[in-house]
Amino acid sequence: MIKYSSKLFSNGILKLFLSLIIICFSSVSYGAGEKINYPQLNWSFSGILGTFDRASQQRGLQVYKEVCSGCHGMRLLAYRNLKAIGYNEDEIKAFASENSVSTINDDGEVIERPARPSDKFVSPYPNDKAARSANGGAYPPDLSLIVKARPDGANYLHALLTGYIDAPADKKVPDGMYYNKYYSGNLIGMPQPLYDDGVVYADGTKATPDQMAKDVTAFLAWASEPEMEDRKRLGVSVMLFLLLLTTLSYFAMKQIWAPIKKQ
Amino acid sequence: MSKSKFKNPVVKWIDHRLPVFSFMDHELNHYPTPKNLNYFWNFGSLAGFALVTMIVTGIVLSMNYTAHVDYAFDSVERIMRDVNHGWLIRYIHMNGASFFFIVVYIHIFRGLYYGSYKAPRELLWILGVLILLLMMATAFMGYVLPWGQMSFWGATVITNLFSAIPLVGESIVTWLWGGFSVDNSTLNRFFSLHFVLPFVIVGVVILHLVALHRFGSNNPIGIDVKGTQDTIPFSPYYTIKDLFGLSVFLSFFAAAVFFFPNFMGHPDNYIEANPMVTPAHIVPEWYFLPFYAILRAIPDKLGGVLFMFGAIAVLFILPWLDRSSVRSSQFRPIYKIFFWILLLDCILLGYLGAMPAEGIYVILSRIATAYYFFHFLILFPLLPFIEKTKPLPFSISEPILGGAATASAMATREKK
Repeated sequence: MIKYSSKLFSNGILKLFLSLIIICFSSVSYGAGEKINYPQLNWSFSGILGTFDRASQQRGLQVYKEVCSGCHGMRLLAYRNLKAIGYNEDEIKAFASENSVSTINDDGEVIERPARPSDKFVSPYPNDKAARSANGGAYPPDLSLIVKARPDGANYLHALLTGYIDAPADKKVPDGMYYNKYYSGNLIGMPQPLYDDGVVYADGTKATPDQMAKDVTAFLAWASEPEMEDRKRLGVSVMLFLLLLTTLSYFAMKQIWAPIKKQ
Repeated sequence: MSKSKFKNPVVKWIDHRLPVFSFMDHELNHYPTPKNLNYFWNFGSLAGFALVTMIVTGIVLSMNYTAHVDYAFDSVERIMRDVNHGWLIRYIHMNGASFFFIVVYIHIFRGLYYGSYKAPRELLWILGVLILLLMMATAFMGYVLPWGQMSFWGATVITNLFSAIPLVGESIVTWLWGGFSVDNSTLNRFFSLHFVLPFVIVGVVILHLVALHRFGSNNPIGIDVKGTQDTIPFSPYYTIKDLFGLSVFLSFFAAAVFFFPNFMGHPDNYIEANPMVTPAHIVPEWYFLPFYAILRAIPDKLGGVLFMFGAIAVLFILPWLDRSSVRSSQFRPIYKIFFWILLLDCILLGYLGAMPAEGIYVILSRIATAYYFFHFLILFPLLPFIEKTKPLPFSISEPILGGAATASAMATREKK
């Protein structure tokens, strides 16, 4: 009987099955439409052991606050979450209190109070319609999940932020639109946000558009997947445990089956 | 019940009145199993494990989920961000669906390769196809719950299929939606059904197991067990083999959950559902892609729907479509080749389902769809008339055979 099963495997049927599964997955690339190739950067958080670069994230928060937050909200993020990128409670309190949220006081009146660490990031517009109206009809998307919500999100974002070039002569750019070589269709409603020294970094890093794009992407990647470092760390322990379990159960199986195989 | 086999007095007392321990001892311990099963027979128990995993994680998720169009998306994000280890539970559930389908698809193709659907296991097979159908319904409704763009538009496309039914189609769609578009009532009922259908699956799985234990597992050479020399008790031999298989499965599963949790998902589903914005390409989850390709291959809407459901329907009648009395492909040289063609055909359909319905993809979809139905409706019934099967061994324990033994084995099979 062993003859049959071992023959089956020497035929490589299992290997074939596994490779077919992999083909099956890789076929699901959903990559239809025009394909734009973004520069592939070497992010500190990519790879199975990658972690976020705290300094870069903090600079990214500064870029978000001083450049992006004028139009883009991050409604899923709370100020208290900033602890994870290295801020202490007093810093978070101070950061939150620069914004105000409306609430109802004991007399039933709508009042404004400074935001607290437990509040979610205050969005720049009260609602979608106000956001559209202020931006010529284009809706500035919320950035809480932006890196997860775009294919190859981190590279895409960095490319988009640095992809503003002069439009080719034959391309008409309507009023209120801008030319970006990485945006699908090339015409984007967002004006170029990053210019040299658009922000002044406290740590002395030179604020080039490329640097700012990298930093804000690192910050937004964390905002999309705040659990990432915990997840990978736990994953390594789980994989080591499973390796041990697989090894032990394999040898236990071999030992238990030995008398049957001998027949 | 003169002498109990249990030593523990409490177990003995209970078992005398309610023989659950005898039942478990009989079905999980002594249960005689063919001794030549290969690793493809691991996938049944893996599917059971996946089902339990999905139910346990699903119940925990439902404690934190809000089935309302205004809160569903944010409640899932709250699970991901604020619930302790919520990301782990959700990623297990999300990837668990994909792994459940991987395991079940391998399980089904195992059955096709080794002829496990043939007499006397027809009902076992049919119950399995029923489980597949229930899984598809459950998975489809589960994908709607996070209320992302693909959730919403996938639900819109798939529920709209029913409008192809003549006369009552439109009314049926309105009835399914609970309104005039995919909206809050749709989300509510999908949540309710997504919660309850897994327990229906458990019920059918129990019947599947009862049917399995009636004649026992089929085996790689596909001949009946001739006596105790052909079998070994399920425990410890297959319990330990299943544990090893589970460890390997979990290694792949954990790698996906911890390191590539969104690999099998679609980025658009991290954008909240918006009825005013249609995504450029609406694609279902990967495990539906072959069926989606068949749907789009047929130029007529009703025809497409019929062929798509027909692709499952042919599986229900497969035990009667296949006229060959030889189970295992090892002894069917021509069928064996066509088996691999069918597998490649299904993978090709999966690929085509992910591609836009235009140009060469449409033509290929039609060819692949035609082959799928040719394989089931023409090849299975007619192949036995032209195929010369190899001589079957006399028994599982005597795979090397003399001419006389072979002749008698063939004769035995012919009589059936």
